[in-house]
Amino acid sequence: MTRTIHLSLDINGERRELDVEPRVTLLDALRDHLALTGTKKGCDQGQCGACTCHVDDKRVLSCLTLAAQVEGRQVTTIEGLADENGVLHAVQSAFIEHDAFQCGYCTPGQIMSAVACIREGHAGSDAEIREYMSGNLCRCGAYNNIVVAVREAAKAVSAPARMVEVA
Amino acid sequence: MRDFSYLRAASTEEASQAAREAGAMLLAGGTTLLDLAKCGVAEPDTVIDITHLSGLGGIAVDANGAMIGALAKMGEVADDPLIKAAFPAVAESLSLAASQQLRNMATIGGNLLQRTRCTYFRDPAVFPACNKRNPGSGCSAMGGVTRNHAVLGTSEACIASNPGDLALALVAFDAVIETGSRKVAADDFFLLPGHTPEKETVLQPGEIITGISIPASAAAKNSTYLKVRDRQSYEFAAASAAVGLEFEMDGKTVRDIRVALGGVATKPWRARAVEKALIGKVLDLVAIEKATKLAMEGAVSHGDNHYKIDLAPRVIARAIMKVATSNVAPSNVGGLA
Ligand SMILES: Cc1cc2nc3c(=O)[nH]c(=O)nc-3n(C[C@H](O)[C@H](O)[C@H](O)COP(=O)(O)OP(=O)(O)OC[C@H]3O[C@@H](n4cnc5c(N)ncnc54)[C@H](O)[C@@H]3O)c2cc1C
Ligand code: SF4
Ligand code: FES
Ligand code: FES
Repeated sequence: MTRTIHLSLDINGERRELDVEPRVTLLDALRDHLALTGTKKGCDQGQCGACTCHVDDKRVLSCLTLAAQVEGRQVTTIEGLADENGVLHAVQSAFIEHDAFQCGYCTPGQIMSAVACIREGHAGSDAEIREYMSGNLCRCGAYNNIVVAVREAAKAVSAPARMVEVA
Repeated sequence: MRDFSYLRAASTEEASQAAREAGAMLLAGGTTLLDLAKCGVAEPDTVIDITHLSGLGGIAVDANGAMIGALAKMGEVADDPLIKAAFPAVAESLSLAASQQLRNMATIGGNLLQRTRCTYFRDPAVFPACNKRNPGSGCSAMGGVTRNHAVLGTSEACIASNPGDLALALVAFDAVIETGSRKVAADDFFLLPGHTPEKETVLQPGEIITGISIPASAAAKNSTYLKVRDRQSYEFAAASAAVGLEFEMDGKTVRDIRVALGGVATKPWRARAVEKALIGKVLDLVAIEKATKLAMEGAVSHGDNHYKIDLAPRVIARAIMKVATSNVAPSNVGGLA
């Protein structure tokens, strides 16, 4: 027996309607129902961070969130990070500049986590970045460059807006 | 994950009523429930989402203590400046648990009801025998790999350790768990496995945790949470301790001390023998070493987890030294600095 429910979700500022089984996670809804495949599935059990998205501006794991739970909340995925003109977010630019990935599979989750980490004020030192980014595993071991990218992005984000444009 | 129906509760009463039905389960942060549903351990027919209920969140702290709503998020409580000031061990137990993503999702009520990380419990397809999952079926851990299993409070039926961090701080500082109908001391809330390891708390079907209150105390204010684990972050405890300390006016005699242990016991473990041995004593290294060993009275190892019997007293000792030297001149505490 398949029971479906109708959901109306706010994803990256757009209203998206979908009919899914209640057990469908936010991760599967994004990837399989809304063609937003930027969010990655690693462990599907809350252990790797690859599926990190923002719900009401807080970083969460979409593999342990039901799509039904986020009705009425604002969801942001990696696809929603660049501005309307396609200009990358400071954290995205920093990951490219500092070569903070190899295969790239963990990268969308790392970036979503880093954006929130900086916003929370948890990027004050390399040690703090390591601690507060520990929920994002990288099988390629790009950790050193990830820490550099987050540190540099944190500086860029806290700098006055005009300086970011120049940089 | 098996299919289920989804109900978004409009009130606590509705949620409580619905949760009484067989096969119904409450969903808060979902980080335990959905994880276990994916493992095939939890098989709910109906999932009752309580995250949209109002009135179950919030954190309030005054001179008498703290009141934390069941739906408050782990991360919110960990970062709350008043909790950090009055109950450092509570804040630290949360900030050292899981990851920031999980702490943003997981609730305080759900945290108390998280299940063991016993790998056999979590893998029903490969290990059908598990008394906690399926009473009477046996225990796959006995004779298996037991590195993460308990040495204290075990029974012939089950040796699974309770993995939570926050709960230790709650039992150490005499917190009270509140439901709609009653208040239960944290220490009485959790049950030993005995012959019924499937029953982990005194909570009744449909009973909803509404909040937790923690009385203020000098020991809670001068407290810490120490967690030793296989990797530096994002890992459960091999052994951990919540410790709080209050000295007499002389700054060296113990007036009040609280010790609770995690990662080594089947429930959040208050080490009253250690407390008793130190109250009224002048704190020095010899007294600490002697007292902390008492925490392991009655410990039973199953081979791989034997290291915990040595490790746990050292973790307590380190935590005691930290709180002993944090607010007094080190010269007051013989040989601790
Ligand atoms: C990868 C990973 C690492 C982790 N590491 C740690 C760690 O280091 N330390 C640690 O302590 N924890 C850790 N956890 C566990 C985590 O803290 C718990 O999963 C979480 O706290 C559970 O809260 P929740 O709100 O998500 O609960 P849910 O999954 O929503 O609920 C858990 C259970 O409690 C019931 N429930 C929830 N709220 C109520 C209520 N108000 N009244 C009655 N019943 C209720 C539900 O029905 C369910 O049975 C980890 C989890 C994961 C996935
Ligand atoms: S230790 Fe407990 S939870 Fe683990 S397999 Fe044995 S009975 Fe099950
Ligand atoms: S896919 Fe969600 S944490 Fe790994
Ligand atoms: S870049 Fe390959 S997993 Fe991180």
